Amino acid sequence: MSDAVPILKIGTTLLVSIQVDLQDDTALQLQEDVAERITRTGARGVIIDISGLEIVDSFIGRMLASVAAVSRVLDARTVVVGMRPAVAITMVELGLSLGGVRTALDVERGLALLAPEHESAEDVLLAAAEREAR
Amino acid sequence: MTTAPVATATATERLEVRADSDVVRVRQLVRAVAQKARLSLVDQTKLVTAASELARNTLVYGGGGDVEVELVTDGRRSGVRAVFSDEGPGIADLDLALTDGWTSGSGLGLGLSGSRRLVEQFSIDTAPGAGTRVEIATWSR
Amino acid sequence: MPAVAPETLAQTLVDHAPTVRAAWLDAAADELRGRTTRGELEREQTDIYDALVDGLRAGGTEVSAEAFDQLRGILADVSAARARLGFTPRETAVGMFALKEGLYALAGSPDAMAGLVPLLRLVDDLGLFTFETFASAREAIISEQAEQLLELSTPVVKLWEGIVAVPLVGTLDSARTQVVMEKLLNTLVETGSTQAIIDITGVPAVDTQVAQHLLKTVVAARLMGAECTISGIRPQIAQTIVALGIEFGDIRTRATLADALVDALREGRRSPAGVTA
Ligand SMILES: Nc1ncnc2c1ncn2[C@@H]1O[C@H](COP(=O)(O)OP(=O)(O)OP(=O)(O)O)[C@@H](O)[C@H]1O
Ligand SMILES: [Mg+2]
Repeated sequence: MSDAVPILKIGTTLLVSIQVDLQDDTALQLQEDVAERITRTGARGVIIDISGLEIVDSFIGRMLASVAAVSRVLDARTVVVGMRPAVAITMVELGLSLGGVRTALDVERGLALLAPEHESAEDVLLAAAEREAR
Repeated sequence: MTTAPVATATATERLEVRADSDVVRVRQLVRAVAQKARLSLVDQTKLVTAASELARNTLVYGGGGDVEVELVTDGRRSGVRAVFSDEGPGIADLDLALTDGWTSGSGLGLGLSGSRRLVEQFSIDTAPGAGTRVEIATWSR
Repeated sequence: MPAVAPETLAQTLVDHAPTVRAAWLDAAADELRGRTTRGELEREQTDIYDALVDGLRAGGTEVSAEAFDQLRGILADVSAARARLGFTPRETAVGMFALKEGLYALAGSPDAMAGLVPLLRLVDDLGLFTFETFASAREAIISEQAEQLLELSTPVVKLWEGIVAVPLVGTLDSARTQVVMEKLLNTLVETGSTQAIIDITGVPAVDTQVAQHLLKTVVAARLMGAECTISGIRPQIAQTIVALGIEFGDIRTRATLADALVDALREGRRSPAGVTA
């Protein structure tokens, strides 16, 4: 496991924050690390924060798409957040897509996007009880 | 005595491309020169992305090689020129290699065709067995 | 004519500095009366004179020589500053050419005669250099202003919490569309908006390139986690889009800006956070 990219766990979500210019082998390592962490922790969601990335080229783009695809197989949903405007414009011109990955402006919105799916049975029941009480 | 040209071409910087970490170094160098040339943020991002694609091709298909980056000026605009060279197998069918989505390996086949769209000037010199040389340039507005 | 060593030329300038500089200052101050102060001119001329002497001492013979790097730098700064202050090209170059007046004042000194012609030539070249740098500084300013105008003519407005809109008016060319789109995407980040509306009611026609730019913007916004709606597409433009075979696919279009706003509000309630890229 490499520590170039920290993977934090927030509730049932993994937060992967890419803050450094990734070289190809590190990106591949990260892909493996995320998959391993999902199974180990039972995470249901993955947020990849790329607000620190100055470019997304075909290699990184492919890595993001495959993290999402692998996570899906492991029953976790992925949201890519924080892509910079210049990076988005460049990706489109390059002809690169993220192949149906969910995206959000920032981590907070990414968490919100994953939240409903994360409510445990208890959460759902508690919320319903509270509504009743009001 | 002749009239002085306004232009000054700064020293060329050269990097070897032999490992993944070198591709990162190429990106950083191109970014630094693009800032000196005062490219807009979007143009910088496009140029650096193209450089990343081409440096990776040099490494993966060319078996390694080198990259030369320089700040250029025509007296009015400044720009960045980068040349990626290797002595690898060369490209037999250039039209095919420049087709969106065509890859001989396991890539997305977007490196060459995509980076051509990301820069202002793009040219390839290649022949089977004679290596590959890709030259790109982008100018400030 | 035998070439005079640059070192000798430097010495001539140093030996006769008071005479040359006084005549230079007078000539330049005369020409630029009202545009700049004598004190300012004098300071400027001191820098230029010193750099010229240094350059000659370092062996410089041509303006383009490395020995004159510093001098060229000073002249470029002076020209650029003048360009910004709205000086004419003539007013800018004249400050340099006026040094010739200073050199003519040496005509009576036997020890300076040999150096006079090469020095005059050098000053001519420096004047031309000043002129050229002025011209390119001017051009840079003009294109900067054009860009600012472009920005001003395309306001991106925040319509509602989380919703920004850009009403486009007039003919769209490729350059303008690109500027607008970049600004729109930046505004999404700055305002934390997840919905964007591009209203083209005021656009008479689009060509393939412009339509492509609109399309790319929608895709780029999705990569960032925001959704775009295009509103106010005129019938002719709809015809063009179809005739050009441009794939607008799953891009949301609405008849009017109001429709688009209502829709964005509704969408914001349904899924407040993000999109699928
Ligand atoms: N320097 C090179 N030397 C030899 N062949 C090359 C070189 N660069 C590219 N090619 C050939 O051109 C093809 C297309 O290159 P391109 O960069 O477009 O796609 P890719 O590298 O296969 O995938 P991607 O870059 O999208 O991950 C490559 O698959 C390879 O066969
Ligand atoms: Mg490639």
